Amino acid sequence: MSAAARFRYVLGLADDQLTLGHRLSQWTGRAPLLEEELALANIALDLIGQARALYQLAGGIEGAGRDEDALAYGRDERGFLNLQLLEQPNGDFGRTIARQLLYGALMRDYWPALAASGDAALAAIAGKAAKEAAYHYRHAAEWTVRLGDGTAESRRRMQAGLDELWEYTGAFFEMSADEAALGDGAVDRPGLRPGWDAAIGRVLARATLMRPSATWMAASGRDGVHSEHLEPMLAEMQILQRSYPGLTW
Amino acid sequence: MMPEPRLPLWEVFIRPRNGLAHRHVGSLHAADAAMALLAARDVYTRRGEGRSIWVVPTSAIQASDPDDKDAFFDPADDKVYRQPTHYRVPDDVGDM
Repeated sequence: MSAAARFRYVLGLADDQLTLGHRLSQWTGRAPLLEEELALANIALDLIGQARALYQLAGGIEGAGRDEDALAYGRDERGFLNLQLLEQPNGDFGRTIARQLLYGALMRDYWPALAASGDAALAAIAGKAAKEAAYHYRHAAEWTVRLGDGTAESRRRMQAGLDELWEYTGAFFEMSADEAALGDGAVDRPGLRPGWDAAIGRVLARATLMRPSATWMAASGRDGVHSEHLEPMLAEMQILQRSYPGLTW
Repeated sequence: MMPEPRLPLWEVFIRPRNGLAHRHVGSLHAADAAMALLAARDVYTRRGEGRSIWVVPTSAIQASDPDDKDAFFDPADDKVYRQPTHYRVPDDVGDM
């Protein structure tokens, strides 16, 4: 097993959780309800906790002395390997819930598959993340049903959020070159598709929403090529460590 | 400012451990019972407080009227014979 491929694989997973965790943290102080303010912050903290464990593992694999802060705050946009969906702006609450649903339905199955994979260090992290992801999915699915089957306005916004983000879901089921090189050390992404399709179908039916029919799918982001939204997000997220390298509280 | 939510109010009860009773911890707004349960989990069990959650519509609670305070509660104040300490335990009984 190539250490370079395993490093990039773990780094990509860490970047996924950090970018989405940071996006959700941007709701703090702006959520439509106090209850949702706490719910979104809880989910953000779960994701950032997952990212920390993965960055620590990645730093150990790389063996170049980079810790979690160096990996999170010391790389530029082209160095980030996250899925493009996760860097997309929050938009309104419907769009944020759409992003949570699409990604949540994936990770609900991804973490248990990783927990059962041949990589013991990753399996330990995945076992904990699986419980958190099960709740994240439930939260998103219940909100999707309430918004979709709610008022005309909530339905319009929920459907628009799904339509706008659908093109980023093709990448969920593509194996990156690193994942392909790792064999059973990485999760078989195409194998997750039937479960994801069925889960999304059940939620959309309950929500009386339409399944988007986009045929064009965006690139994955695993090669460091991103939408225009990641760079400004990183500029804000990294400014303190960039301005005062090694700063501690 | 957050807009005033036009959602029903729910009372939240948490059981901290097996064997203890559910205790009232607060209230929240949610569209229905399932959402209230999720919100209760996020608002009231963030620090590992709970093993079980109940949510009850606030409208389902019948509360005593503060104006009934005298009629409801004062008559109990002078019934000393309802307190166990009112009774002297005979010496022959020993430790109870």
